[in-house]
Amino acid sequence: MKRLIGLFAALLFAVGAGAADIAPDVLVKDVTTEVLDIVRKDKDIQSGNTKKTLDLVETKVLPHFNFQRMTQLALGREWRQATPEQGKVLVDEFRELLVRTYSKALTEYRDQVIVFKPFKMAPTDTDVKVRTEIKQSGGKPIPLDYYLEKNDNGWKVYDLEVGGISLVTNYRSSFAQEVRAGGIDGLIRNLQAKNKSGEASTKAK
Amino acid sequence: MKTKKTATRLKSAVLALTLTGLLGGCATSGNPKDPIEGFNRAIYAFNEGLDTVLIKPVAKGYDAVLPTPVRTGVTNFFGNIADFFIGVNNLLQGKPDQAASDLGRVLVNSTVGILGIFDVATSAGLEKHEEDFGQTFGRWGVGDGAYVVIPVFGPRTVRDTVGLVLDVAADPVSNIDYVPTRNSALALRLIDTRADLLPADKVIEEAALDKYAYVRDGYLQRRRSLVHDGNAPREQFD
Repeated sequence: MKRLIGLFAALLFAVGAGAADIAPDVLVKDVTTEVLDIVRKDKDIQSGNTKKTLDLVETKVLPHFNFQRMTQLALGREWRQATPEQGKVLVDEFRELLVRTYSKALTEYRDQVIVFKPFKMAPTDTDVKVRTEIKQSGGKPIPLDYYLEKNDNGWKVYDLEVGGISLVTNYRSSFAQEVRAGGIDGLIRNLQAKNKSGEASTKAK
Repeated sequence: MKTKKTATRLKSAVLALTLTGLLGGCATSGNPKDPIEGFNRAIYAFNEGLDTVLIKPVAKGYDAVLPTPVRTGVTNFFGNIADFFIGVNNLLQGKPDQAASDLGRVLVNSTVGILGIFDVATSAGLEKHEEDFGQTFGRWGVGDGAYVVIPVFGPRTVRDTVGLVLDVAADPVSNIDYVPTRNSALALRLIDTRADLLPADKVIEEAALDKYAYVRDGYLQRRRSLVHDGNAPREQFD
């Protein structure tokens, strides 16, 4: 690990750039390793301190996610119906829902071993898939794939697939149904209600 | 004896499918993949109820009481039994290398792994696969068909329901002749599988606005990915 960091620092130095130039696979690996290390050492998180887990995800993971893109993907063509203000609220609410889900998954699966699959990309690629696997005893490993795209601030995750199920597009048909039934505002209300109930159960713990 | 049992089972599956079709006629809600949503939601609610009052509590107790190595041993044992037909399906899908690996797993795990309790094959580099007849049909180009929720078994598509009938007919555990042994083995396998899903459960609760739709869309995505062995082309949206 130390060697890797050394190598990495050298590379960074060589190109004379900041975090924006971290390769997508290295980014996924670094963040995953760091976060899981913290989760495994932290007794509070393990005993179900959701607030602390949320904070961890907020500071370590979120900066690498593009929630605007995620929300657009989840809404599909319905996105065009949203006014800029509605769009902003949607992104915020969807972000909270995903963070909560991701934190839950992190706590539930913290003891599993993550394997990083070999990664190849062309220097000109701006949209890539980084493959990892969750090993589980007695079963087939679960693939966990990250989709990243490059923008001005470096590589950002815009989709996550667990066992072939996208955490983002899995909402598409139900979101569309909500919009058909109650418009964009109806969907916003439902998301807010869901997040409220999530908050309530966090506090109860 | 065996053929008779299989025939009875086939008959009840056909009956279930017919019923599904009949009842489905009256309940639609607009999702093209789920034309009988009303009926499916009813069965889904029934399954959830069964899970809440019976299966999940037992699985929780099972998970709490048994030490992890024992639990893994049980999962491995049933996994080893399943590996044989996973190999057959890989062969049917034109993947002889994977089929050979699956049969190798059965050989190694049944012997060195003491009746499959230890999964030594994975450590030896023979990775476990996940195949069934529904996936084989998918590989052959058979489309999903409508989404169907089956009592006890849960989410399927029409294609996967036909696959399920074959899976059950071929399943060595379902074919144990001595009924009490068969039923205990089936129950143990069900509980063990359910216990493995307990963490996923909590994540879904956290994620879903409408759990029925979330499970449905997740099932459809998952099957699509499995048919392509994890390399499904990304769905293109506008």
